[in-house]
Amino acid sequence: MAVLVDSNTRLLVQGITGSAGGFHTRQCMAYGTNVVAGCTPGKGGQSFSDEGTGKEVPIFDTVRQAVAATQPNATMIFVPPPFAADAIMEAADAGIPLIICITEGIPVADMVRAKTFLANTSSRLIGPNCPGIITPGACKIGIMPGHIHQVGHVGVVSRSGTLTYEAVGQLSARNIGQSTCIGIGGDPVKGTDFIDALSLFNDDPDTHAVIMIGEIGGSAEEEAAAWIAENMKKPVAAFIAGLTAPPGRRMGHAGAIISGGKGTGQGKVAALESNGIAVAPTPGDMAETLLKVWQP
Amino acid sequence: MKIHEYQAKELFRQYGITVPEGYPAFSVAEAITAAKKLPGPIRVVKAQIHAGGRGLGGGVKVCKTLEEVEARANDIFGMQLVTHQTGPEGQEVRRLYIEGGADIARELYVSMLLDRETGSVVLMASTEGGMNIEDVAHNTPEKIHKVWIDPSVGLQDFQCRQAAFALGLTGKTVRKAGDFFKKLYKLYIEKDCSLAEINPLVITGDGDVIALDAKVNFDDNALYRHKDIVAFRDVDEEDPRELEAGKYDLNYVHLDGNVGCLVNGAGLAMATMDILKHYGAEPANFLDVGGGATAEKVTAAFRIILGDERVHAIFVNIFGGIMKCDTIAAGVIEAAKQVGIDRPLVVRLEGTNVELGRKMLADSGLPILTGLDMKDGAQKAVAAAKEYAASL
Repeated sequence: MAVLVDSNTRLLVQGITGSAGGFHTRQCMAYGTNVVAGCTPGKGGQSFSDEGTGKEVPIFDTVRQAVAATQPNATMIFVPPPFAADAIMEAADAGIPLIICITEGIPVADMVRAKTFLANTSSRLIGPNCPGIITPGACKIGIMPGHIHQVGHVGVVSRSGTLTYEAVGQLSARNIGQSTCIGIGGDPVKGTDFIDALSLFNDDPDTHAVIMIGEIGGSAEEEAAAWIAENMKKPVAAFIAGLTAPPGRRMGHAGAIISGGKGTGQGKVAALESNGIAVAPTPGDMAETLLKVWQP
Repeated sequence: MKIHEYQAKELFRQYGITVPEGYPAFSVAEAITAAKKLPGPIRVVKAQIHAGGRGLGGGVKVCKTLEEVEARANDIFGMQLVTHQTGPEGQEVRRLYIEGGADIARELYVSMLLDRETGSVVLMASTEGGMNIEDVAHNTPEKIHKVWIDPSVGLQDFQCRQAAFALGLTGKTVRKAGDFFKKLYKLYIEKDCSLAEINPLVITGDGDVIALDAKVNFDDNALYRHKDIVAFRDVDEEDPRELEAGKYDLNYVHLDGNVGCLVNGAGLAMATMDILKHYGAEPANFLDVGGGATAEKVTAAFRIILGDERVHAIFVNIFGGIMKCDTIAAGVIEAAKQVGIDRPLVVRLEGTNVELGRKMLADSGLPILTGLDMKDGAQKAVAAAKEYAASL
């Protein structure tokens, strides 16, 4: 079961002919993801060869052409930042229900427009500036290392890529598998947010508990904390990165900035704890903290 | 990216937003020349640094005579201006702005910025001009009027009127304020701003609306399409270590602690700072080497970290995903040879090819402490820093 992606996922890759796009497409195919098409404007009619699986993936000029010919139900975007928001909108226009945008560095104004465009479609966006999404053993869409994951029942949702790997590594080391891991990304304007992901996990019978990893900036963690207290039927453990970050400085991620006294790590931890959610005291304790509130 | 007030006002003039007459000056002599161009008698000498709170720090002085302009320019030029945003060491004043006085009837506040919750630009207007808006938001949030702008249609007339009436404006000034807001929004969108703040926004005795101050920041991700904005960059306002890191595409932020960190991934880099603090040290920096760390980048990172004498130990914390641990190990060994690491080094490797990476470090003969996991590595780095400090 899991959420959003599984063995029935048919993946399109926008930007498949770029070096990062090509490399990660091969990694996803090696993991078993069913890549059905690529899209690079001007390269329609060519194909993408994957030596590992021996498959040839057809490339199209437009997403609409790719959809008509191969019926993908998800797309992974590796298009460079100046053109990435356009690629997101093209995928939504073509009716692809799940759009995963890996690209980092998209101008905020572009994402503001893309998000307005998406509101009038039925597509869901994950990212941008994210590692992607993986349902272990079934489907990997993104840049995360597949081999650290195990099939299981813990859902992971995170604004950070490497911290997701850290949490997954801690779980797998204890032989605790994951249902689905969703990297929602480090940008200030994004698609799927914590509450969206938590809601999916809440309704998924395969997910028994959740680790949520937040960081400084914005108020999504505070809103999620209130939502969890009100709605969540499953145990949640959290971690917040950036307690030592100074205000006004951007910590790598475009969205990781404390501004106007808002978005501090301390405020987020307090909001989570006051809503009864277990917060890991250090990033080395994420799995242990979950195990205090949930037994597999 | 941040720019100076005088540069922001140059942009305002391009967009037809009214600002007082003024001229930048790069020396005291230029300040006097600039002052003579203004009709007087009131002239204001304003320190140009990127931090806010300049007035309270003594960086803005109103002068009644040219002699006074010279005296104040002498005081301010070259001073270490300390504000609540500069830190205790302050920022050297290398540029001045000499501006004419304004006929101030009312001081208001207006800004535009991204509202993350709605994913749209919000206009904030307040009657509490000249105050710290963070304090206003905290103490009297009802005094801030917000207007959310739909990106597909832009700022509308009715929204401008809402804001203007919320500010208590009347008569022709309502229309003038609306015109001001629309021009500001045009600038905000066309130049990919991340913040445009005018505090105070002044209503003159004649009912005109002018920007007495101007603070404009830009979205770094969009600078590639704004060469004119990039030309405003003043590297004197930036930390030299951060400038150096930028050359190697390293994401580095300088802090004041005693343990340097070298990490892959922004979230893990922040979490590494936190865990050092948890075990009793202070992080000396934020550093994300990114997914494509080469030996060259790792070497540059070590050089920057070691350039800070307050660093008493270094913690390398890597979760190799696509980035393989043996690549990082090779980078660390190469860097250690080139830079000569004279302080304790703790390396924690996890992920792809971890065994090979650990073996390479062990075989290198370098005095590297191994962190078995993140907690172990952090504790060892904190202990090593204390030991090193005691040995000095």
